[in-house]
Amino acid sequence: MVKVIKVGMADLQSSVHPCIITTLGLGSCVGVALYDPVKKVAGLAHIMLPSSQQARNNSNIAKFADTAIVKLVQDMVALGAEKSRLVAKLAGGAQMFSFADGTSEMLRIGARNVAAAKEVLDSLRIPVISEDTGGNYGRTIEIHSDDGRLKIKTIGHGTKEI
Amino acid sequence: MVKNINDLNSIHIDVLKEIGNIGAGNAATALAKLLNRKVDMDVPRVKIMGFREVSETLGNPELPVVGIMLKVTGDLTGNILFVLKQQAAVLLVNMLMGKPTDEEGDDEGHVFDELEISALKEIGNILAGSYLSSLSALTNLNIAPSVPGLAIDMAGAILSVPAIEFGKVGDSVLYIETEFTEGDKRVVGDFFLIPDVDTYSVLMKALGVSF
Repeated sequence: MVKVIKVGMADLQSSVHPCIITTLGLGSCVGVALYDPVKKVAGLAHIMLPSSQQARNNSNIAKFADTAIVKLVQDMVALGAEKSRLVAKLAGGAQMFSFADGTSEMLRIGARNVAAAKEVLDSLRIPVISEDTGGNYGRTIEIHSDDGRLKIKTIGHGTKEI
Repeated sequence: MVKNINDLNSIHIDVLKEIGNIGAGNAATALAKLLNRKVDMDVPRVKIMGFREVSETLGNPELPVVGIMLKVTGDLTGNILFVLKQQAAVLLVNMLMGKPTDEEGDDEGHVFDELEISALKEIGNILAGSYLSSLSALTNLNIAPSVPGLAIDMAGAILSVPAIEFGKVGDSVLYIETEFTEGDKRVVGDFFLIPDVDTYSVLMKALGVSF
């Protein structure tokens, strides 16, 4: 029986093989899945906001793209992963609601989360090898430690693997 | 010092519950008139939750639901979210349009057409409008809802939207939740008022409670 680890909102988890790490009902938040294909160490962060610098309270580092990804990499290295081998897959960052005045900051948060995650990954030299981001629908995602595939389930937009 | 959710004491919580009571009472009456049926509500709950619990507020985070969201603007800011199970949304639309509902039918896979979606948005408009107008009368604050946005998706994805704003100021959220029921205690939906943390003090002050 493969161990299934759940990641909540503003949370991050990592594990050695064999495991499945999942997060349910991802909306505007972005899911960042990291994987070391040699050591088969997998990690997943469920990120709410782009930057800890703009927040009044940044004690929970799993909440922000800039701090969560750095922490996830540290955790995975501690489990035996090699930073230079890590690859990233992204999912989420949707805009669940659209309003007539669709310009408000809160509504574009999904796109900003994705952009921030990419920037942080780029600065850490971790390549984003695939993504399923944007749109206006929620996603449940799971990363499998055997080959690093990221399975994505939706309502009305099918199921896929990236 | 900037006030936070943790600074709320039991009196503040009671005030928020009472706001839910008055607002939702008014909204239930409006919904009853609209449907020409008896609509009941339960005692409002002030839910203070960590982010990890938000997506499970209504049980399974992957449950398909209809979410109608309005932004609250004016002296008091925040969000209103009305969440209906798919089946309840079908029932509500049918009642409103005078169409029969297959009571035994499985409406899980129902695809809402444009007319039904605008009917659901209008229900959101009416509920939010009556909730906020009673709140406005009570507090003398100027409060207005935006046009509604609608999403049909996983409960977790919908419930997380108003939570994101809380992430900037703390690690918990506060939702004032009231459940509406119709007929034989069939749940119609859950109505959430989610005031921004920054406006708690405005709200308390308007009601003469120190914060």
